[in-house]
Amino acid sequence: MPRFLKEFFNRNGTLMGSLMLGLVLFWTVGLIILPQLSMLDFSFRPNLPPPEIGGPKDVYTLENYKYLIYGPEGGSQDYNAVDLRVFFRTIVAAICVTIFNLILCYPIAYYLGQTKGNHIRILALMLIIPYWINEILRAFALRIIFGESGVLNTMLVGLGIFDTPFDFIRNDIALYAGLGYAYILLMIFPIYNVIESLDHNQIEAARDLGAPWWRIHKRVVIPYAKPGISSGCTMVFMLSAGALAAPQILGGPSSLWFTQLIYQQFNDNSDWPQGAAYAIVLLVTCILLVLAVMRLFKVNMGDIGK
Amino acid sequence: MSAGVGVDLENLWIRFGDFVAVRDANVHIKGGDFFSFLGPSGCGKTTILRAVSGFLEPSEGNVLIGGNNMKGIGPNKRPTALIFQNLALFPLMKVWENITFSMEIKGASAKERRKRADELLDMIALPGQGDKLPSELSGGQRQRVAIARALCAEPHVLLLDEPLSALDLKLRQHMRTELREIQQRVGITFIYITHDQGEALTMSDDIAVMRAGVIDQIGDGKTIYNDPATAFAASFVGENNVFRGKVLEVNGNEALIRTNRSGDLRSRISTANIGKMKVGDDAMMFIRPEALDLAPTGTKGENFVTAQVTHEEFEGNSFNIFMEGDGGKEIKVAIPNVGQSFDDHTGQAMTLEYEVDNAVVVPAGELAAE
Repeated sequence: MPRFLKEFFNRNGTLMGSLMLGLVLFWTVGLIILPQLSMLDFSFRPNLPPPEIGGPKDVYTLENYKYLIYGPEGGSQDYNAVDLRVFFRTIVAAICVTIFNLILCYPIAYYLGQTKGNHIRILALMLIIPYWINEILRAFALRIIFGESGVLNTMLVGLGIFDTPFDFIRNDIALYAGLGYAYILLMIFPIYNVIESLDHNQIEAARDLGAPWWRIHKRVVIPYAKPGISSGCTMVFMLSAGALAAPQILGGPSSLWFTQLIYQQFNDNSDWPQGAAYAIVLLVTCILLVLAVMRLFKVNMGDIGK
Repeated sequence: MSAGVGVDLENLWIRFGDFVAVRDANVHIKGGDFFSFLGPSGCGKTTILRAVSGFLEPSEGNVLIGGNNMKGIGPNKRPTALIFQNLALFPLMKVWENITFSMEIKGASAKERRKRADELLDMIALPGQGDKLPSELSGGQRQRVAIARALCAEPHVLLLDEPLSALDLKLRQHMRTELREIQQRVGITFIYITHDQGEALTMSDDIAVMRAGVIDQIGDGKTIYNDPATAFAASFVGENNVFRGKVLEVNGNEALIRTNRSGDLRSRISTANIGKMKVGDDAMMFIRPEALDLAPTGTKGENFVTAQVTHEEFEGNSFNIFMEGDGGKEIKVAIPNVGQSFDDHTGQAMTLEYEVDNAVVVPAGELAAE
């Protein structure tokens, strides 16, 4: 038995130790790794009616992945332009949502983290309380706000800024706002946690040595907050690329999110292998992208857990 | 290095809501001086430093640096550099980057900065340590890096906020000498904040003693120690024995005090209070433990005190005798240890003698907490 395990059991006792270890293993292996492996397995199999499963036609194939790139065999186009466009649009839009969220949340997190006083707790509570409401209800609320006769349009037209109501939904503004709002806390709190532990004297020292405010952020605060920033960005990016509710409710009629394609494959087409392949492509792309960005900004995996 | 410039505080008031942190401070600090603000925690000395560095706007009055009013000028635009109590080195920057941060802001090239960092590292006796992180240095080394970082900004005034308080005793004593040397070498004005009278006395040209937002006395170390202006200054700086009483007679710069417990004692009046003390005033007379000497038991006179010995201790360089004193306080006598034999006197009455010139009397006032 490795030393850390022995210490773990010594500290918690055999019964509690096995229970905790068992639950964690069940969680990671049973609920995360095994389903993903089964998805991976699905993605390499043809979509067969139940009687033929396990039969001679049930062999490993790359068909499902090829479909994403080339479309149906004998199709009119060389490439599966529709699905590929949705895929890249989803990734790019998720990156935009992440950057937008970072720009919006960093000042809030900095203010919360470096200001003393009771009102900070109240402000944090005010940020959290809306999240007691179900994600789908929040998306519908945004739909009401952004709708053609919604609060925003009534206001803008009433103030004479627009002559006719602006279609926020068709122009995807509602979608981006919804995605950004959905994960705002996951950006604020990791950054807030790190900035809160930054000694205020360092900011004053930098100022005393002549640094203007932006320089203080660039050289002192942001390098210090990097683990929190990367943790927040990773979560927001992963979750917005994989979001379903917000695109379903707030997306315009012509704009699909890649997760909606996956959903269609599973539910509408009953093509689980195809859906699994799409899901795997999305997951792997997102992970590779996150790893590449972490490499670029010299962030260690261990920092993200902070 | 830039020459030191003077700093003046004119009728400086600093309030936080109803609380008065600094009350009408008037201080003139000469250019190139090592000036200390000495006082217990919470006396407002750090507040004064923050007002000089620009992190705090005074409620009333002015801060002048080199004769220029600093009103509305931010800390990044003042010719001051501050050394924080916890140093506040940037943990993610290397030592040389820390030191030359102020040059980086002015846009100096990396080569230039590296060169300057190496010069300063030589000056603080840390050659070749530029590529380390602050966390890889010892407490004393970090201390010196903080000094180098502040000096690199070429300030006219260096402000130090109890920078030695985190160090252990030996290192603290060593750094005192070093700080004083650095100050004399660079020739700029140092303003030093401390609650440690040893630091203030050994390093400073002038000291301001502060109590609850008020500056009690300004003077050089010898004046503060030998000729305190207030009861607080007398009791806060160094050890002192207090004898409470009323003024019985005033003759020029001497007074006879009717003490509560020890009879009539004669004393010099502190310079700041000559002409201000009248017969019948409440007074406090102070005699240092080292200014008291043993006399034949029972001798009477205006410079003899007789009291019961409560306990004794051996401190190495001195034998300390503690005797019943006034208001629950003990009278401490320090007899230098020069190899003489020393008997235990506990429980006996003993008589002490002092030179009238070594006793000083001030108007009764608040004493420093022990």
